[in-house]
Amino acid sequence: MNPRKDLITIDSLSDEDIRTILDSTSAMKEIFTKSVKKVPALKGKSVLTLFYEPSTRTRSSFEVAAHRLSADVTTFTVSTSSVVKGESVHDTIDTLMSMKMDYIIVRHKNSGIPAVIARHCKASVINAGDGAHAHPSQAFLDAFTIREKYGDVAGKRVVIIGDILHSRVARSTSTILRRLGADVAYMGPGPLVPQEQHTGIPRFTDWEQVFRWKPDVIYLLRVQNERMDTPFFPRGDYHQAFGVTEERLRRIDDLNLSIMHPGPVNRGVEICDAAMDYRNCLINNQVENGIAARMSILYHLTPQTQNND
Amino acid sequence: MPTINKAEIEQALDAWVNHLLQHTVPQATGKLAIVGLITHGDVLARRLVHKLAAAGYEAEYGAIDITLYRDDLSLRGIRPALSSSYLPFSPDDMTLVLVDDVCNTGRTARAAMEVIFEYGRPSRVELQCLVDRGERQLPIQPNYAAFTLTAPQNTRVQLRLTDIDGEENITY
Repeated sequence: MNPRKDLITIDSLSDEDIRTILDSTSAMKEIFTKSVKKVPALKGKSVLTLFYEPSTRTRSSFEVAAHRLSADVTTFTVSTSSVVKGESVHDTIDTLMSMKMDYIIVRHKNSGIPAVIARHCKASVINAGDGAHAHPSQAFLDAFTIREKYGDVAGKRVVIIGDILHSRVARSTSTILRRLGADVAYMGPGPLVPQEQHTGIPRFTDWEQVFRWKPDVIYLLRVQNERMDTPFFPRGDYHQAFGVTEERLRRIDDLNLSIMHPGPVNRGVEICDAAMDYRNCLINNQVENGIAARMSILYHLTPQTQNND
Repeated sequence: MPTINKAEIEQALDAWVNHLLQHTVPQATGKLAIVGLITHGDVLARRLVHKLAAAGYEAEYGAIDITLYRDDLSLRGIRPALSSSYLPFSPDDMTLVLVDDVCNTGRTARAAMEVIFEYGRPSRVELQCLVDRGERQLPIQPNYAAFTLTAPQNTRVQLRLTDIDGEENITY
């Protein structure tokens, strides 16, 4: 792939870039089978995780990925930092650049912040989720998980279910899957699923339409608690209307469909307990593949921090 | 441009197999594995394993990608594509023959040894190559080289193999 400093969105990547990162993900995953689960590729490099929004799995996944590439990892915890004392993002970045970081992994509630940071520093910036905009590393691990399960993404049908409108996961994952030749559909509460005319993506509002569409993968989004009990989400009804209930799980099992979820899972809301143990539930595969995909992303980016400047 | 052709390479591979059978196998402690360095070394390793099998000796086969262990990764603008290593056995207490196409600076062999020891502790490791073109930058020497070339400094010695390149020769 061409030299690339940052990863902000899937749209910014060429088809070749996407394929290269996915191919290297396989090689990274193979490292997990060694007795030493580590390679020296980023030895001496510094990786900073800068999360302005709470996250457990994305942050720890990036940290494990960086450790397995032998990088040094620094965690910047916003709640205990000067940011709460009013420091601007730019000033924070200046401070961090003085620490000679090579890679900065950013999550922020506002769309566009990672791109701003990327423009202002020589370190490679990876967007680990910005507002409802993008979450490219999630897209790579999802595409890789589907490719691993089915051999190829092209020709597969994936329905993404939940609050599509506010989901950066839906946006990035549907983008990469369509770039790789998959068919994607959306399903969820009417006001939270964009119209097909705006996205080019079929829009469903109930499970019968989903089953008629004959998907291969059911991709559930996390119901965000902060949006619960608003007019969009009557909590008690969500599971019955849009969740994988035990009854729907039996149909999913009969049709041999896979279930995916970016985590963390709300049991009893998006998904029933039994579905977590379902033979084609790929959620744990996604977690493992997340580390490999993030290793591949870190490996393929080239920071402009050589010569100590 | 001097060239070693396909027939000469084939002949050299037969001589190489003889060396393996007469010297490497008798000295081996534990089981013997032929481990190719991806990509060209890997093709050679597979051919050697087939030829050994034809001669009645079953060696294990593996392949390793040393890219992530290169000492010049951070100096390169473009990160090379990766291949998956394939080592379906633990190298513990085995004799491993690392197969490289062209042995030059010794840096590839250094990286390969680092890879191997992260899988386990072989009892013995040998480096064998098709071409030794000299100009070592590290204190590493192949145990066997099918061809030894004295090409002028900075000459590019290139092996092409039918399986990868569609033609087969060595040019320098």
